[in-house]
Amino acid sequence: MNCNHACSTDNWAEVKATAGRVLGEDLVAFIEQCRAEGNPHSQLIAVLHRVQGKFGYLGKSQLDAVAQLLQVPAAKVSGVASFYHLFRLQPRGKFIINLCLGTACYVKGADRLAEKLSDELGIRFGETTGDGMFTLEGARCLGACSLAPVMVVNNDMHGAVTPDQIPIILDQYIRKAKQQVEEKPAAQS
Amino acid sequence: MIRKRKKQINITVDGTPLTVPEGTTVMHAAERLGIRIPRLCYHPDLSLAGSCRVCIVEVEGTGAYVASCSTPVWEGMSVKTNSPAIREARRDIVELLLDNHPMDCQTCERDGNCELQNLAYSLGVRQRLYAGQRKQFPIDDSGSAVVRNPNKCILCGRCVRVCAEIQGVYNLSQHGRGFHTQVGPAHLVPMDDSVCIQCGQCINVCPTAAFLEKPSVEDVWKALADPELHVVVQTAPSIRAAIGEGFDLPPGTPCTGKMVTALRLLGFDAVFDTDLGADLTIVEEAHELLTRLQGGGPLPMITSCSPGWISFMEKFYPELIPHASTCKSPMSMLSTLAKTYYAEQKGVPPEKIFMVAVMPCVAKKFEARRPEHAMPSGIPYTDAVLTTRELIWMIKCYGIDFTSLPEGEFDAPLGLATGAGDIFGTTGGVMEATLRAAYHILTDKSPERLEFTEVRAVEGLRETYVAIGERNIHVAVANGLHNAKQILDKVVSEKEAFHVIEVMACPGGCIGGGGQPYPPAHYHVLDPQLLRKRAAALYTIDSSKKLRESYENPALEEIYEKFLGSPGSERAHQLLHTYYSPKLPRGIR
Repeated sequence: MNCNHACSTDNWAEVKATAGRVLGEDLVAFIEQCRAEGNPHSQLIAVLHRVQGKFGYLGKSQLDAVAQLLQVPAAKVSGVASFYHLFRLQPRGKFIINLCLGTACYVKGADRLAEKLSDELGIRFGETTGDGMFTLEGARCLGACSLAPVMVVNNDMHGAVTPDQIPIILDQYIRKAKQQVEEKPAAQS
Repeated sequence: MIRKRKKQINITVDGTPLTVPEGTTVMHAAERLGIRIPRLCYHPDLSLAGSCRVCIVEVEGTGAYVASCSTPVWEGMSVKTNSPAIREARRDIVELLLDNHPMDCQTCERDGNCELQNLAYSLGVRQRLYAGQRKQFPIDDSGSAVVRNPNKCILCGRCVRVCAEIQGVYNLSQHGRGFHTQVGPAHLVPMDDSVCIQCGQCINVCPTAAFLEKPSVEDVWKALADPELHVVVQTAPSIRAAIGEGFDLPPGTPCTGKMVTALRLLGFDAVFDTDLGADLTIVEEAHELLTRLQGGGPLPMITSCSPGWISFMEKFYPELIPHASTCKSPMSMLSTLAKTYYAEQKGVPPEKIFMVAVMPCVAKKFEARRPEHAMPSGIPYTDAVLTTRELIWMIKCYGIDFTSLPEGEFDAPLGLATGAGDIFGTTGGVMEATLRAAYHILTDKSPERLEFTEVRAVEGLRETYVAIGERNIHVAVANGLHNAKQILDKVVSEKEAFHVIEVMACPGGCIGGGGQPYPPAHYHVLDPQLLRKRAAALYTIDSSKKLRESYENPALEEIYEKFLGSPGSERAHQLLHTYYSPKLPRGIR
């Protein structure tokens, strides 16, 4: 499947217009370059990384646009996207909570933290709160066993956490988000 | 050019020395000795997956078990296909597959006809040692034709490969990872919202019941029991060539007469022949071809009988829509006549007629539901479509002793057909029937010959010239959409100018349709040997008929005279022709 072949489909202008709208012109240019190099299948993962890098996740419309523009079947694209752990198919929260569930943290009570986080946020692991604020994820080991149990929120490390501290920590981030909104109201509109 | 002889490799299989060409797999080498190593994900027409590991053998001296389907032989290799340890390992592999498989064989549609079940039996799984978590996915039965049940899937990947490699549709893929893996279309959307063309080849190659046709049997039983309804049935050409397999008759046994008798016993009020619809299609299509040859429409004209192909065109090649014949399929033509002409003749209101079509095809279920094929009142012309498998099951359920039935005959007026209609069921058949009619219409003479063996695309693809009178008609015939793509791309790029192209979605044509019986013992799915036998049955029926050219069909003559006028007339156009439109999602070709 070469570029000439792909470009000869009667809806090519439409494909490009949709992709431009969904992915942005920068990604369209990158994907077209990948396709022109041949073997678009082998470029798929690199393309998906770029798309996730820009949007934070891989949505259905983005995957479909990638399939059309790269001329790789949509089933293949969504199959690959759903296979790899690092590709996300849902938008992620403003704050990503990574609770360490490694041995040391577990022994020091990570299971109770997990329960408390689920209760407080009303979501299970791998999910995002309805307001788009928090995504809850489990990690195997964060390499900070001396601080066990640990959780990382975005880039902040919280060590020796107890279940009682969970609501306080979460509240910090909610206030932080509110503050950001107040500081730059124009950016949110 | 002299082909270089392949290097010969000496191996030992179960102690027997053997010499095979380089590149032969262990599985095929063993077959030369009459040993059929058990297998599951392997299929000769598909790429190798090597994922199920059922076909493992021991390579002596290495201490390793290898998958025989994907291991080529090497010099001095000594293979053990059987030993207590290998048999135990194979049994364990199948037992582990069963562990994550519903334990519902007795209530499963494929009970008695399931490769996994047969394998578990032949490998000696007699108890279930492992009990663990089982997958619980939602079943997608929202579609009009194909039901996807990922809970029965064992992830062999044959459906994924047939959809991509034979049909060129690439609608299926494995989604997710590990325990949560399931096969489905992009984003796991409902089948009818995907690029699925409903050909049903996933159903054919599935070793279990992870893919099945949408059942219509209950609707038909209900209609048959309703005294208010006049229930009529039509059977496609390829049913008579395959239905016998369901009753242990040798493949290729023509069963027209027994099938008709069985349908009467089931309680159908009239038994019609889709072959008449095929004859009618030919007459209309030949007329359309003539019009196009005289400049009244784009060339090439592409046949439109195969609903899988029509869906494929609408999703993958919408720019070719003007090339598709506007003729409805034989099924839809006959259903239309049944609810118009026949209703009028019989004095039955069309809404009291329940039209059942027995088809080798899963996509016909989709076609019957297309709004273009409904009466102005909204009632579809075809009320229910049964696959060959479903009809076989109904006959068994009723308790009919099929093989001992006397020969019956189709009913007038929609049951009389020529041999040209019979061969519609196999690749090249529509083309051959068209050529017979084209002779008639282009030269005003009867054809000099009736058999055009050069258009029978048994290998999947044929391109040739056929001289008819003064003209040299450039024709192409393709079955299996991956093959068809090669022709279609030539049409799109205008690299070659064809006059007529026949496309059938399924390998071998309708005889290899997605609704045909699962292969009998000693054949595999899509086995060319099996397809050849089914095709031979149709050619036998054709050559034994006195009337073999659609224009000679006296029933059609009467229908045109009394009802339709002439071929291509306004009424014929209104009732027997249709239209197509681009459909989403757009497929990647």
